[in-house]
Amino acid sequence: MEFLGLYHYWVFVVLLMIGFYAVVAKVNLIKKLIGLSIFQSAVFLLYITMSKVSGGTAPIFSEKITGVLYSNPLPQVLILTAIVVGISTTALGLGIVVRIKEEYGTTEEHEIQEIDRR
Amino acid sequence: MTVLFGVLLLTLLVITAVAIVRTKNLFVAVMLLGIFSLLIAANFFLLDAADVALTEAAVGAGISTVLFLGALALTSEFEHAATPHRWLSLAVVTGAALVVLYATFDKPEFGDPNAPVHQHVAPWYLQKTPEYIDIPNVVTAVLGSYRGYDTLGEVFVVFTAGIGVLFLLSARRGPAGRRRPDQAHDPAIGLRSHVIPLVVSRLLAPFILLFGLYVQFHGEYGPGGGFQAGALIAAAFILYALIEGEERTLRVLPQGALNALMVGGALLYGGVGVVGMLEGAEFLNYSVLAANPVKGQQLGIILIEAGVGMTVTGVLLSIFHAFAARDRA
Repeated sequence: MEFLGLYHYWVFVVLLMIGFYAVVAKVNLIKKLIGLSIFQSAVFLLYITMSKVSGGTAPIFSEKITGVLYSNPLPQVLILTAIVVGISTTALGLGIVVRIKEEYGTTEEHEIQEIDRR
Repeated sequence: MTVLFGVLLLTLLVITAVAIVRTKNLFVAVMLLGIFSLLIAANFFLLDAADVALTEAAVGAGISTVLFLGALALTSEFEHAATPHRWLSLAVVTGAALVVLYATFDKPEFGDPNAPVHQHVAPWYLQKTPEYIDIPNVVTAVLGSYRGYDTLGEVFVVFTAGIGVLFLLSARRGPAGRRRPDQAHDPAIGLRSHVIPLVVSRLLAPFILLFGLYVQFHGEYGPGGGFQAGALIAAAFILYALIEGEERTLRVLPQGALNALMVGGALLYGGVGVVGMLEGAEFLNYSVLAANPVKGQQLGIILIEAGVGMTVTGVLLSIFHAFAARDRA
């Protein structure tokens, strides 16, 4: 399993870059937000990967089980709150996109820029 | 075996992500994003993060999908234009990927117990929680007490985002106002004419609510807490709204009540901190809330988790209603 030691981090990089590509290359604003969600999920994966300890278990104590190894609770706390904050900010982005659609009649970036240039 | 399963899930994640970016149909992309969230939630569970997995499943696969669909209904379902500067973007992204990939070779091996991240405060949290707070779920202890400032900040961010969406989407469009006329009596609204979704949702909604409350009040003992519970309770109401129509849901839980939940939750959290100050301790130090410091910590965590749950429920439902009430452009 030696070569799998960094697999989680490689998947993190690939997901991060897929999200990044959608943000920079796509012209549809909703697609950009979807890309941002993927980007964000990749960061979540990085943190949770770091919290894992081999042979560990979820950091919840039980009186019946003693002497076990626990994974790191701190990154889990950070990501737990980040997920809910992420959906709130995504919703704010979607709200802005809906308003743009109402004012400009389109959600494609280049068409919006053309209307602005007129 | 678990490792191989993890590898399989991660590979599926990458495939799903590629499919999301490649498809031109935004409806398909949003559905795939729901699957993506579910896969990453399963991954979190394999990585011992039960609380995070619960949150991601409720928020990512449930509420986020509904919000994206709401936005799609108000914009358009298809991406029209081809991607300009495709090769340039690909080159930039590949370059960035190689740099980050190079950086991963400095990372400690997966699951290494001697990694720097496990040497700092985390062992202290695990060691001292039984003594200072005495609740089984260390994640809740860190979230509510040790890092209460962070969580307070996050709650305010959620609150601010909710206010922002209400501000953006409650602007009137034209003289007709933003609400559709008297839709409560229109049988075509919602899925009320479809028997199977109707029966299933009516059966499910109370149990989702019950589970949400369980997750809220059992967060000290098992995976759960205010963030997850808020998302679950909001999901129950959203399910009800999708089937019965939005007006009926607003009759059960009107916008005024949602506003009260949003503001009340944030105030409750901040208030608990201030009460601690009045009792002579630092802001958000719960030890002084009861005669016994450990009991005080537990009381404080229950109160602030209730505040978090209220705010998250209020914000998510307000956002949903803001999207649903908007006229189609």
